[in-house]
Amino acid sequence: MLDRPAFPTVSLIVNGTDRTVAADPFASLADTLREGLGLTGTKVGCDAGDCGACTVLMDGAQVCACLVATAQAEGRAITTIEAADPLIDRLRAAFLAAGAAQCGICTPGMIMAAADLLARNPSPTRREIEDGIGGVLCRCTGYIKIIEAIEAVARGANAFAPVAEAGAAVGARIARADGLPKVQGTDRFGADFAPEGALWLRAVRSPHARARFTLGNLAAVKAAHPGLEAILTASDIPGANSFGIFPTIKDQPVLAPGFVRYRGEAILALVGSRAAVEGIADAALPITWEVEPALIGVEAALAAGATPLHANIPDNVLTRGYLETGDVAEGHRLGAATAEGRFRTGFVEHAYIEPEAGYAIRVGDRIEVTACTQAAVMDQEEVARVVGISMAQVRIIPSACGGGFGGKLDVSIQPLIAVAAWLTKKPVRIVYSRTESMASTTKRHPSQIHALMSADAEGRFTAYEMTGDFNTGAYASWGPTVANRVPVHATGPYKVPHVRNATRAVHTNEVPAGAFRGFGVPQAALAGETLIDDLAERLGIDRWAIRRINAIDHGDRTPTGQILHASAGLPQCLDAVKAGYDTLMAEAAAHNAPGGRMARGVGVACMWYGCGNTSMSNPSKMRITLGRDGRLTFLNGAVDIGQGSSTVLLQIAADALGLPTAAFDFVVGDTDRTPDAGKTSASRQTFVSGNAAKLAGMDLRAKILALANAGPQARMSLDGDRLTVEDGEASRVIDLSVLGSEADAIVLAGEGEYDPPTTALDARGQGIPYATYGFAAQVAEVEVDRLLGTVKVTRILAAHDVGRAVNPTLTEGQIHGGIAQGLGLALMEEYLPGRTENLHDYLIPTAGDMPEITIHLVEDTEPEGPFGAKGVGEPALVATAPAILGAIRHAVGVRMTEVPVLPHRLWAAMQGREAAE
Amino acid sequence: MHYFRPTSLADALAIRADHDVTVLAGGTDVYPVRTARRAWGDPAHKDVLDISAVTELRGISEEADHVRLGALTTWSALASAGLPPLFDGYVQAARAVGGVQVQNLGTLAGNIVTASPAGDGIPNLLALDAMVELASRAGTRTLPFAGFATGYRQTALRPDEIVTALILPKLTGARSTFLKLGARAYLVISIAMVAAVVATDAEDRITAVRIAVGACSAVAQRLTALEAALLGQPLGQAAGLVMAGHLAGLAPIDDVRATAAYRLAAAESLVRDALTDLAATAARRAA
Repeated sequence: MLDRPAFPTVSLIVNGTDRTVAADPFASLADTLREGLGLTGTKVGCDAGDCGACTVLMDGAQVCACLVATAQAEGRAITTIEAADPLIDRLRAAFLAAGAAQCGICTPGMIMAAADLLARNPSPTRREIEDGIGGVLCRCTGYIKIIEAIEAVARGANAFAPVAEAGAAVGARIARADGLPKVQGTDRFGADFAPEGALWLRAVRSPHARARFTLGNLAAVKAAHPGLEAILTASDIPGANSFGIFPTIKDQPVLAPGFVRYRGEAILALVGSRAAVEGIADAALPITWEVEPALIGVEAALAAGATPLHANIPDNVLTRGYLETGDVAEGHRLGAATAEGRFRTGFVEHAYIEPEAGYAIRVGDRIEVTACTQAAVMDQEEVARVVGISMAQVRIIPSACGGGFGGKLDVSIQPLIAVAAWLTKKPVRIVYSRTESMASTTKRHPSQIHALMSADAEGRFTAYEMTGDFNTGAYASWGPTVANRVPVHATGPYKVPHVRNATRAVHTNEVPAGAFRGFGVPQAALAGETLIDDLAERLGIDRWAIRRINAIDHGDRTPTGQILHASAGLPQCLDAVKAGYDTLMAEAAAHNAPGGRMARGVGVACMWYGCGNTSMSNPSKMRITLGRDGRLTFLNGAVDIGQGSSTVLLQIAADALGLPTAAFDFVVGDTDRTPDAGKTSASRQTFVSGNAAKLAGMDLRAKILALANAGPQARMSLDGDRLTVEDGEASRVIDLSVLGSEADAIVLAGEGEYDPPTTALDARGQGIPYATYGFAAQVAEVEVDRLLGTVKVTRILAAHDVGRAVNPTLTEGQIHGGIAQGLGLALMEEYLPGRTENLHDYLIPTAGDMPEITIHLVEDTEPEGPFGAKGVGEPALVATAPAILGAIRHAVGVRMTEVPVLPHRLWAAMQGREAAE
Repeated sequence: MHYFRPTSLADALAIRADHDVTVLAGGTDVYPVRTARRAWGDPAHKDVLDISAVTELRGISEEADHVRLGALTTWSALASAGLPPLFDGYVQAARAVGGVQVQNLGTLAGNIVTASPAGDGIPNLLALDAMVELASRAGTRTLPFAGFATGYRQTALRPDEIVTALILPKLTGARSTFLKLGARAYLVISIAMVAAVVATDAEDRITAVRIAVGACSAVAQRLTALEAALLGQPLGQAAGLVMAGHLAGLAPIDDVRATAAYRLAAAESLVRDALTDLAATAARRAA
């Protein structure tokens, strides 16, 4: 680059090899390893020493490579995940076998931290392992399987995941199909690659929550900075300057046209050399701000006379959700007790360790976007819209996705880089900073819920009534989904005859709230489960027992009027945790009997969650081809964001076809090649895409059997390009190499499409919103320091009805990770715009914060599901926070109605209770 | 932007005197600040004086009456130095800063120059009656730590000076402890913390005591009234003698981590806990 200063060279020893690189001496070592030496196995999650993703060894000691000046690495020995090293190899194998890598973005840092630990201390205790990896954050795994993997290496155990034979893949704990590159550091995430010479894009963002702005002479800025290729504004967007989840609510501009609605909204895009776009100070740009009073919080937005955020929504209420069944007033009258509560939750950040990143390239009259995402086809639609071209002209190629949890369902970088690449006709890449990711992308909706619940003297629930306001921020995103999903789920998985649930999604001048693991259900569960504990207390019924009395079961009717004909395993889940619950209760009583400062408590909570989109068609299509070379290609458009869909869908497809998983190659989510599988959300991939994968496998099987003239019980095997079909005594060998068309070398293809059967909800929320539901019961044990108000979650018992655990290792991983996020929601996570927009002020659980977890997998087969399976992604999280709140209350007698329960909040509540006594 | 990386103290001091520089050692504060500014479009950075190659600033030496910690001593080096029990509290702080990655880079001097109210080393230095050695081209001076830390992120360090060492005087028969309170296990900024040094006679009576509280005022503070009240008392009973009034000099704030009222109450509990810990260690040693 012309404006790039000539940098001095630095000589260092990387993985045993002398390397010399020209680099800015103040550039971080992480940056120099990645951009200067191409060693992208070292990941950057925060660039501030807060997440540990960039952990490398410097002279054998773990350090954050983002905190080391390149000059300081002069002459030092640097070991990265790319190293050839026996200890690192053992860790790789153990991580793979244990399911310790989910999305894989923290895996290199985690393995390097573990290597440092084990080199110093070959036989660490669990506590020493936690200390050793405590500086690396993981958002997927809850650390449990990571610690198990490290323990296995310390024990010298052989780490091999089983290999499934043909027809035996479903139910097997095979290693992730996409796992090897994750433990080798070769998986390519959004920031890990870009075409040679790609320009960089930096978005200039509003520091104000609500303001008008005018732009001065940008041509002069461009002229003054030769490395700048373009400065893009709203008027440069070739297509529509708007995007949004719902076809009817495209309300969010790519670049704000003179008016911003939240702090962090993009107003300009600087495109050029990296040095140029990073070197220009925002303050040096000709932007004149006219700041307006912002509406912060739903009270302000709903106040009389509040200025609307959007002209077409004068009252700032984006949408309302409603459900009514029976007569709720009558239901309360039938109750022997009524509990009431008001509950608040705040913004919660997804905190995936990979900030958004990727690149776009124009190829003739087409645009190709390679980026991390959860929803390739939705990205395709949005990019086509903003560039002003047809969907067929857009190709989306998902990179490996370093965590999503709902936060990468909306487009973020895609419209920006697509427009820039389209206009400049050059490849354009972007890497969000941690703060940019936190400030500009969606969050969990803050909620304010008022609820009443009644039960008769025997503890049978008679009525549930709630109103909830959900702060959807400046733009709609998934606000309507939250407003609609909550009324359906708010009663919890219980038989309740009289229900009225009403929600609103309210616009404010805050960061848009969108999809986050549970779509509002975790917030609603905090209210409902607390009221159940209230009723248990009033009626003198044990908290487990009152849930068991009311647990929804086969044949029961949900508040939407849906009869659960099958796979309603909540009673089994509750029964599975009963013995453990009794033991923990007895232990807590014994522990607390002498009194004392540390109080132990036990809580229990249940959840349910509909798999798939609410009352909407959400089809998935899968395709499997058999090539002349005898390889099966699985064209799977479902994006694996770490949860393991690539592996689970493979297991399903392989068993439906009758060939081993090892015979498959993969194409994942390239919109030019894979059919639309729908988005990775709503816990739908195992269930919906699983059915499509199963149908595709069956389709291909039928075609092979027809070709071989074999019956349905025939067994198949592949040996190179020879396919053997054995049907009883008869056996036929098909030489694939001579079949199929020359053009694509494909002999046969199987396709499957599935759309879950649902019906629309009527004005009273009646209908069949989901084809199936996941259920769970969790028990939490906590220890509370009465003086300091600190809470340590010591044990969690988690029973989940998953229909069928297609890969129990992955299922457990989902549950562990969900519990970690539930723990964070309960105890520490609170996103405050402008205040906690980094990973040292915004706290997520570390390895030392996790409880001991015991999982009971309940498999109440779902006849509609593939091999009986349904989803677990979101169900994993919902019950944890209410169980923890229940345990805190059991321990110290205070009923917390606002999360996170930070130490000072619990302390204040305990003070209040003492004062009242 | 210039990046200086001298290898001698004389060169470093010359650069410090002649340029307006950010002094870089472990990078655990410099880089996060740079990242936070860049995130909101502020890429400018002062010239950098990287002192990490200055050999005179390295090393830990134990003398008859003091321990000298070179300015580049990292948390990990402190933790593994095998220092006497008087320094246990400082070592506990070293193990509570960030994660191991940060402990391997961050320096003790950087911690005091950053002078965050939540700096985990700082209450320990007050409790240890530490001295700070500063050098400039004009010469070397030594300040008591209490005189070095002057305010919220403010120190007595002059623009031409570099911290060269921490001097920790020994105290015969003394031991120490440190307690940190945060909202999670690792990588956590303190809500409140307490460092305590105590020495006792043969009858377990307190002959010397120094207690400091951090994150509860702009600069960590010694609790001198409490120290006076504890002198001569049996250590085993010390925790029971702590009264709210002893913490009256603290001035905690409300922030995202905690309220002021909570911080004060938590600090009081932590002070009692620290004294209880020290008494328990004493009992264990006696047993």
